[in-house]
Amino acid sequence: MSNPSDLKYTQTHEWIRVEGTKGTVGITDFAQHELGDIVFVEAPAPGTSLSAGSPMGSVESVKAVSEVNAPLSGAVAEVNPELADHPELLNQDPYGKGWILKMTLSDPGALGGLMDAAAYEKYVAEVTH
Amino acid sequence: MSHVIEEKLIFEKDHPGRTGASLPACDVPKADPASLLGPLARREAPALLPELSEVDVVRHFTRLSTYNYAVDMGLYPLGSCTMKYNPKINEEVARLEGFARLHPMQPESLTQGALEVMATLQRHLCAVSGMDACTLQPSAGAQGEFTGIQLIRACLEDKGDARRIMLIPDSAHGTNPASAHFAGYEVEEIKSGADGCVDLAALSARMRPDVAGIMLTVPNTLGIFEKNIAEICRLLHANGSLVYVDGANLNALMGITRPGDWGADVMHINLHKTFSTPHGGGGPGAGPVACKAHLEPFLPKPVLVQREGRYAWDHDRPKSIGKVQAFYGNFLILVRALAYIETLGGEGLKRASELAVLNANYLRAQLQPLLKLGFDGPTLHEVVFCDKELPNGVTTLDLAKRLIDYGFHPPTVYFPLIVHGALMIEPTETEPMEELDRFVEAVRAILEEARDRPDLVKSAPHTAYRRRLDEVAAARNPRLTYKP
Repeated sequence: MSNPSDLKYTQTHEWIRVEGTKGTVGITDFAQHELGDIVFVEAPAPGTSLSAGSPMGSVESVKAVSEVNAPLSGAVAEVNPELADHPELLNQDPYGKGWILKMTLSDPGALGGLMDAAAYEKYVAEVTH
Repeated sequence: MSHVIEEKLIFEKDHPGRTGASLPACDVPKADPASLLGPLARREAPALLPELSEVDVVRHFTRLSTYNYAVDMGLYPLGSCTMKYNPKINEEVARLEGFARLHPMQPESLTQGALEVMATLQRHLCAVSGMDACTLQPSAGAQGEFTGIQLIRACLEDKGDARRIMLIPDSAHGTNPASAHFAGYEVEEIKSGADGCVDLAALSARMRPDVAGIMLTVPNTLGIFEKNIAEICRLLHANGSLVYVDGANLNALMGITRPGDWGADVMHINLHKTFSTPHGGGGPGAGPVACKAHLEPFLPKPVLVQREGRYAWDHDRPKSIGKVQAFYGNFLILVRALAYIETLGGEGLKRASELAVLNANYLRAQLQPLLKLGFDGPTLHEVVFCDKELPNGVTTLDLAKRLIDYGFHPPTVYFPLIVHGALMIEPTETEPMEELDRFVEAVRAILEEARDRPDLVKSAPHTAYRRRLDEVAAARNPRLTYKP
């Protein structure tokens, strides 16, 4: 699966789709593939404030529990209600139905630390070499 | 094992009217239990317990036991778990009537022998760890961690210096972040350097006034000794922070080096790992916590003391974090651990650690031509390989499952997380060389199969009673209770 070009990516394998002051967050296809079958997703409640680069929740697979970091700072607006019963959406459709949460960005312009799709693919190639 | 009988759940074997005991005829006037007990103590509906005879029950559990694998059957190289053989003399001692039939509510005057067992064990654990005081209450490693972190919290708060952050390296034992979180701390991860150890420069940069302490597993889950441990303790103490050592891997260190001497403030000790008491489902655990004198006032109460030559429980402990366990801990597990320590003695414990390290390094040397190491540094009691050289899409999980067909319990897999497809092998000191060689030959044979007949490995195990379990379905839809 290729990484959509309209998203921004983190070194800890999260993606964010920024639309105005809103952002939608999930984990990348590489991340879901590395984790294997995901069995549980823990997301923060709406209203929780998020700090860029800090843990906001976790995903659990049969192999491991991994933290999910907030790509940008802001507050949780909405959590994907489907994930409670269907955590496998993260495996099946990581950039679509497998989104984890939507957030209100505190500084929508601050995308400096994030990678575009091409830079992320280069980064993944380096860490897996 | 193809001859084993399909065994139903015990609830499905229910035969109404069948019983395991035959009571004599009633020779006193009959009374209605409902009116004697009153509504509070009475069930509204009978408990859904199966009705079975003694032979039904004995056969049920004996049959189930034939599906199992045990350290009494062979090598159990489950990394980080120290699955050493448990000498039978421990069991014999724990079954002595004076121990086995003791009740925790008997008065101190009738339990002096039991209290001496506990006091002696505390003294030995302090000697092995280099600490000043000890509590035997925690009943597992994770509960020991929680207790130890509570001691740190109580100590800091007592000084009016409550702090927020607990630092934990990414190579730490898996339960550490959970224990710190449950004790009310925010966890900050410290990355390992290329040598698998804590990066000192990165750690120095994290020294801020809100850091309560660090939790370190030494040797870490890569089996690597934290070479800068004394410097790490100095850094933390200079910052007013405390050092917690996770003693899960103490089996590599006994009689060789002591956390108390490095400068650590508090640690837990897994009796079911290092001191050969039954492990996991094989019996209740015990995770005693040992600490330096400055944390002693905060230990769980009651604390065992000596008054006028007799042992007594001191409940007057105003700074104590309170009880963490009913009564005094899993007493018969403590008896087993003391039996083990007294059997081996100081020199014996040291020899056990030396052989544990030797066995792990023997396996490392034998397996290194076959598998790729996770980290290259020198390792102690366990060794971690990665999945880089597995051919034909065969995964770590496939290799682990195929080992079952060769008569071994699989090693720990996919942990630690910092090694890709980790295969974590800890043989312990109790394995003879021929058993280790048998394991190496099994890995060699499975890698040949992976090259020539990968489907055989990917569909393993073939000889286990239940074949490959659907772990994803079990995790997504766990059924934990019986429903008729």
